[in-house]
Amino acid sequence: MSHVTGAVLALLALTALWTIQTSILRAAIGLAITSALVSVVVFQMGAPLAAVFELSVCAGLITVVFAATISLTRPLDEAGKARCSVRRKRRFSPLFFVAAAIGALLWASGYALEVAAPAAAAGTATSRDLLWSARRLDLVGQLVILFVGVFGVVVLFKERDEEKAEEVAR
Amino acid sequence: MSAYLLLVPVAAVLFLNLPHFRLATRIALAVAGVVCVAQGLAALLVSEARWASAVPPALDPSRLLAVSFPVDALARVMLLAIALVGLCAVLMARYVREDRECAFRFANLLLLAVAGMNGIVLARDLFTLYVFLEITAVASLVLIVIERGRPAFEGAFKYLVLSAVATSLLLAGLALLLIVSGSTSFEAAAAGLRAAQGSKLGLVAVALVLTGLAIKAGVVPFHGWLPDAYASAPAPTSVLLAGVVTKTTGVYTLVRVVDSVIGYPAHVRHVLLAIGLLSIVGGGLAALGQRDLKRLLAYSSVSQVGYILLGLGAGPGLGVAGAVLHLFNHAVFKSLLFVNATAVERETGERDLQRLGGLQARMPVTGATSILATLSTAGLPPFAGFWSKLLIVVALWRGGHAATAAAAVVLSVLTLAYLLRLQRRVFFGPLAAPLAKASEADRWALAPALLLAAITVGIGLAAPWLFHTFLLPVESIL
Amino acid sequence: MSPQYWIEHYREVASAAGILFVAGLYCIVASRNLLRIVLGTEMMTKGVTLLLVLAGAVTGRVALAEAFVVTVIVLEVVAVAVAAGIVIGVYRHHGAARVRLLMEMKG
Repeated sequence: MSHVTGAVLALLALTALWTIQTSILRAAIGLAITSALVSVVVFQMGAPLAAVFELSVCAGLITVVFAATISLTRPLDEAGKARCSVRRKRRFSPLFFVAAAIGALLWASGYALEVAAPAAAAGTATSRDLLWSARRLDLVGQLVILFVGVFGVVVLFKERDEEKAEEVAR
Repeated sequence: MSAYLLLVPVAAVLFLNLPHFRLATRIALAVAGVVCVAQGLAALLVSEARWASAVPPALDPSRLLAVSFPVDALARVMLLAIALVGLCAVLMARYVREDRECAFRFANLLLLAVAGMNGIVLARDLFTLYVFLEITAVASLVLIVIERGRPAFEGAFKYLVLSAVATSLLLAGLALLLIVSGSTSFEAAAAGLRAAQGSKLGLVAVALVLTGLAIKAGVVPFHGWLPDAYASAPAPTSVLLAGVVTKTTGVYTLVRVVDSVIGYPAHVRHVLLAIGLLSIVGGGLAALGQRDLKRLLAYSSVSQVGYILLGLGAGPGLGVAGAVLHLFNHAVFKSLLFVNATAVERETGERDLQRLGGLQARMPVTGATSILATLSTAGLPPFAGFWSKLLIVVALWRGGHAATAAAAVVLSVLTLAYLLRLQRRVFFGPLAAPLAKASEADRWALAPALLLAAITVGIGLAAPWLFHTFLLPVESIL
Repeated sequence: MSPQYWIEHYREVASAAGILFVAGLYCIVASRNLLRIVLGTEMMTKGVTLLLVLAGAVTGRVALAEAFVVTVIVLEVVAVAVAAGIVIGVYRHHGAARVRLLMEMKG
């Protein structure tokens, strides 16, 4: 195992664990750092296009979306701020120990991965070729979901006249 | 030609959103309705063999999309169900008639959801299935919050979270299947699973995929999101959701994946039977205690999907044919019940069973179609529900699951119980005083009600003939 | 690095993916803040992305896995945008984005 990859993976684990127990804004930044580390690992595994997407979209765009939402949902008064304390439901902590136990068992069991035989012609096509040829339908799907996203944003964010009147009346 | 099933709805959305097209807001619902009717007719009239060749190659966009979409009997049944319920949702949107902007957005989102569901039905590859599942899920999510009411956001959030968890589980299983078999298409994955019989990785992959799809289908114990989502969605959305979205994204995908990829090993069948029974009982008992009309219908959906899983667990052949017929029947009679629930809510302003009563005198057509839906759901002859339940019970019996078959028959009593309670509370009895001004719903709500009622009665009466022309092909390809 | 290399060393990456997955799940079940729940969803997706690339590396089909990951990222971005919109919608109605408010829906 190359040392760099090992170090990155360890850092990844630590960042993920940190993310889940800090305040929400720091958690968003933690998610961005985690995304960047995942991007590095993915690059080392031989998928540069995916790594770039992960970096620019997940570590970039999604963090911006989270930051915008956090700023829009900040409680306005002191009582609200007091309610938003960083308490977690303690009874879910055992989840981690269970998962760690299962993970340790799997690691120690020396399970040899049973893998399908590598396809003969698989090595020649790049992901770009594949996206446009064999997986063109997925591209159509991406297009369709972009439409859905546009309508979603319009539905969710466009102010309607009654709501404006309500705001004015208050 | 089946590529048109994806392209036509998307083209309609593009058409409705052309710049400076002021007429678009008025005709949006009509365009959506026309697309649904066209799809329904195509599904009904074009046989499987002709789907590929009905359109000359020059006009066929399948080459453009670089994939072939074979349409088999199961796909035709689903396409018909999607078109039918889509049409009813459009009519309900016309009936509810909030404001034109809202109707415009509804029409567009419905078309996109229909495109997504068509993609699910046509997919022959696990990853393509995931892509269109995601499209349908996000489109339904937006449809739930389309009127931005307060309960809608809460129901939508629950739906969102569980849908995201289900998607992650499905993708994880897909990744493991990729390791086991080297490709994600149905045949390759099935071949890989067969070749790796005892592999633990394959087992985990199958478990993950089944769990993810079970969450989407809303079966016990993953049904937590369903009542909130159905009850809080605005009327036309709840018709679409209950009638066809959950069926396509959850139940159809389960049937297709079990049939094409996982096969029917004994442990999978036992799990399906167990979950099926749990859902029937859990959904039925919860429905008995409900006060809210729509929540009762939501729990009823959970219960009926249990029957579909029982049919699937009974194995290939008769069991699956029964499951598919029950899937279609459920789309029809559940949509009918939701259409009527919407009419009742709209005319009386009430959804609480304690405060409703005696509407039979004021809303005769709604009441009559509601009774028909009740009898069909409970599985009484000669309605459609009877035949599909019969097939499932016979398949269970022949498969050696006699106890389960008996349980399924006995539990029909539960279905009858809560539905009759609904019927009695809403329609029979003395007319509650505050409801004295209620009148029958107008034609936009009656049309889908009558259409669906006619279909459920028609299938029931024509079942022996349909069995030969419709079901045996389904059974033979599955 | 050849597929053989990754077949021998899959455990580290798989563990990292597993940790991401469990962390995300923990965020979803144990959070009071709706936005943190959405964050948990994102974390789970990241874990699955890592698993997909691992699957590609192990079987020698990295190009296919890469195509999958690109599509998954695009789909998830739209899903997160809509999810954030819904959280904002809940906030506008209730004045705070807290899970306890969602428990009002009974039955």
